[in-house]
Amino acid sequence: MAEMTKTLTGFAAAEIEKKQGAVRAQEQAVAQEAAGTAEYTFDVTDMDLFYGDFQALNSISMKIKKHEITALIGPSGCGKSTFLKTLNRMNDWVEGCRVTGKILFEGKDIFKEVDPLALRYRVGMVFQQPTPFPKSIYENIAYGPRIQGIKDKKKLDEIVEKSLRQAACWDEMKDRLQKSALGLSGGQQQRLCIARTLAADPSVILMDEPTSALDPISTQKIEDLALELKENYTIVIVTHSMQQARRISDKTAFFLLGELIEFNNTLDMFTNPSNPKTEEYITGRFG
Amino acid sequence: MISVEAKKRKDACMTRIFVAGAAFAVILLIAFVLYVVIDGVSGMTGKMLSFGPQGLGNMFFNTIYLVFLALVASTITGIPAGIFLAEYAKKGRLTHWVRMAVETLASLPSIVVGLFGYLVFIVMTGSQWNLFAGALAVSILTLPLVTSVTEDALRNLPSSYRNGSLGLGASHWQTIWRVLLPACFPRIMTGLIMAAGRGFGEAAALMFTAGMSTDINWTNWDITSTSCPLNPFRPGETLALNIWALRTEALQVDAAQQAAASSAILMIMVLSFSLAARYLSYRIDKKMGGNK
Amino acid sequence: MKAIDTVVRKAHRNEKAARTFITICGIGMALVPLLIGAFLFIKGTDTFFTFGHSVTEFLFSGQWKPSDTAEGGGQVGAAMFLTGSLVTCALALLISLPFSMASSIYMTEIATPQRRRLIQPAIELFTGIPSVVYGFVGMTVLIPALRKLFPMPFGFSVLAAGIVLAIMIFPTITTMAADAMAAVPKSWREASYGLGATRWETIAHVVLPAAKSGIFTGIILGLARALGEALAVAMVIGQMKVFPTSLFLPASTLTTAISADMGGAMEGGEYNAALWTMALVLFLLSFLFIFIIHQINAASELKGGRN
Repeated sequence: MAEMTKTLTGFAAAEIEKKQGAVRAQEQAVAQEAAGTAEYTFDVTDMDLFYGDFQALNSISMKIKKHEITALIGPSGCGKSTFLKTLNRMNDWVEGCRVTGKILFEGKDIFKEVDPLALRYRVGMVFQQPTPFPKSIYENIAYGPRIQGIKDKKKLDEIVEKSLRQAACWDEMKDRLQKSALGLSGGQQQRLCIARTLAADPSVILMDEPTSALDPISTQKIEDLALELKENYTIVIVTHSMQQARRISDKTAFFLLGELIEFNNTLDMFTNPSNPKTEEYITGRFG
Repeated sequence: MISVEAKKRKDACMTRIFVAGAAFAVILLIAFVLYVVIDGVSGMTGKMLSFGPQGLGNMFFNTIYLVFLALVASTITGIPAGIFLAEYAKKGRLTHWVRMAVETLASLPSIVVGLFGYLVFIVMTGSQWNLFAGALAVSILTLPLVTSVTEDALRNLPSSYRNGSLGLGASHWQTIWRVLLPACFPRIMTGLIMAAGRGFGEAAALMFTAGMSTDINWTNWDITSTSCPLNPFRPGETLALNIWALRTEALQVDAAQQAAASSAILMIMVLSFSLAARYLSYRIDKKMGGNK
Repeated sequence: MKAIDTVVRKAHRNEKAARTFITICGIGMALVPLLIGAFLFIKGTDTFFTFGHSVTEFLFSGQWKPSDTAEGGGQVGAAMFLTGSLVTCALALLISLPFSMASSIYMTEIATPQRRRLIQPAIELFTGIPSVVYGFVGMTVLIPALRKLFPMPFGFSVLAAGIVLAIMIFPTITTMAADAMAAVPKSWREASYGLGATRWETIAHVVLPAAKSGIFTGIILGLARALGEALAVAMVIGQMKVFPTSLFLPASTLTTAISADMGGAMEGGEYNAALWTMALVLFLLSFLFIFIIHQINAASELKGGRN
């Protein structure tokens, strides 16, 4: 517990640093790297994942940096979604799924030191299809806080408003909070789900092809939102669209057949891929 | 080589046979319902509908009360059993067994269940025929329906409900309790209404459990007294049992009219409950369909 | 942070409690038929163990004179009830099947979708009609009519029981068969029409074979219902303890014998035990039906048929 508190204060500290200027922030980051924890939200070392006898991910090592957008790309079935779902242990629910190797979240081993429920409080997830519950908009947003034991009506009201504002939904939804969330359009539903994730107060948001079911305008809104949220959250996004990865991500990881082929700054990767397979994929020769 | 003409003739002939068969069956069924209702309603008298010793009112009450108790009993065991099959059961021998048990239970002759109820709830507890024993026997008959309706309802929910909730850090049970069960509540309700319809008409399972007499004093509200309407531990003849008893024992002069009236009331109850269940599930499908 | 810790611990605790409760209910559910079977077995085998009768006597002898005492010494040949049950069921199926098939074929292959949407729910509604109501109408309408139409002394007869049961199982078989036929892919029919087949040829050579296992399941379910029905049959069959020798004469079945005599038989007596044995036979038969349905489904899945 004490360690977790330390990490938290670390966050708060980093936040203040940011406002005080880029130079100092960088210094701080360097200092933190020396301390070995907080610059990277996730530190994955040598991870293998099996579905029964089938090995879906092969020896993945990857460091995901805090307050950046990391995009995972690759052809379908390459394991990028599986990898994403391992980060908040959603794969626990898949029968016959087995993971070996080590994943550190804020310095702690997610398989040994963090409770899976508590992990998911901190690492939220947005799915490919919007996943609103058949409840009112208000109840959808309040669901996460309620799960975490918040019962105070006033506090819930605050959280709902704050989360909807953060997800840029407040203006269009404030008058219909008690209406069913199922009545919203696809794009609204997806932003509602992002707001719902934010209401649970995570530090990371995992997004699994969040725009693949949406029209271009809704996609644009979600992308803008992701860029905004980056200020305060670490975002890992699986995407089919290389343009999307290019537009919004800081780092890009290319997966192929269960292996991490290349992981680099997005700009470098798209202009000057170091691996020929990456080049083939991003130039559209397959996939 | 058969000529095209012959083929066509045969086709037309078979078509006519099918239409005739279907028409006959449907007309027969409709005539059946109309006969029961009209025959019963036309013979009804005010006395027959009263809540006195001569009237059917007490049996009507017994029927409703017994089915209500039965539904409570099969709800508190059947819904968890359905949740087990849909959510917690792992694929394997145990689950296979439970599923097999549900099917067996669904196809058990009701008289066998009645005998079992008689042995366990009457003989082994050393009690008199009572409503409660009858309700338990009927609950065994409605249990498989409630279980499979719950299981199907849970299985048919979109996986997004589950994912969304689990992704927020809810435990499996929190997901079931706060999201999945509320979402399939209307469907489970529909199943319960269907089960009620089945319970109303049950007689064979009640012959040796609920008893063939009823003695209600509507001014007696002492729950421990055997003539208090709400005391479940009193004999409670239902409408369906009454039809059976009247036709075979025929103690009363107006037995035929009474049985006809009972049949009509029963028929109307059962049909209206089935129709209500159908309407509800039609509404749900329409609502769900609109949101996919 | 501490708060989160408590919340998580509570969630895990509730999870465990709920899972335990749910699992107990699930397994408890599985125990109910097992318990019923066990009790029937204990009570039903008294005939053989306590009163020393052989299974062959029970199943094949026609001598039914069980003594209503705990000493026993009577005869418990239940063959007439068994044959009574089998004959009435077979008759019911014989009468019901042509109409069921015609109706289900009409609904899925001939009727317009609108008409089907009207007829199928209507037929399904009839599965819920109480059996005593069928029995009652059988008594008041069918019996007098039969007496007029056929040379029969009472009207109460095997034929009457067969007809009432046929009406009862008609909706069950029809709905199952119609569902099975509706599940046959439309493209198969189109392929058949494309080859120049008429509607009847398509039905006979494509739809019916493909829907076979579903239709059989419906038939078995109907049979199970007919076999287990007690009161409706008891009201029209006449309940005479003889072999069913003629369609126009009364007889008895397993269920009618139980419903008529169980109330009067002394607890612990030979008569009582013999009736329990009949109940055991009913239980085993309904188990057998379920088993057969499973075999049919397993076979059709193996062949990769409709799914």
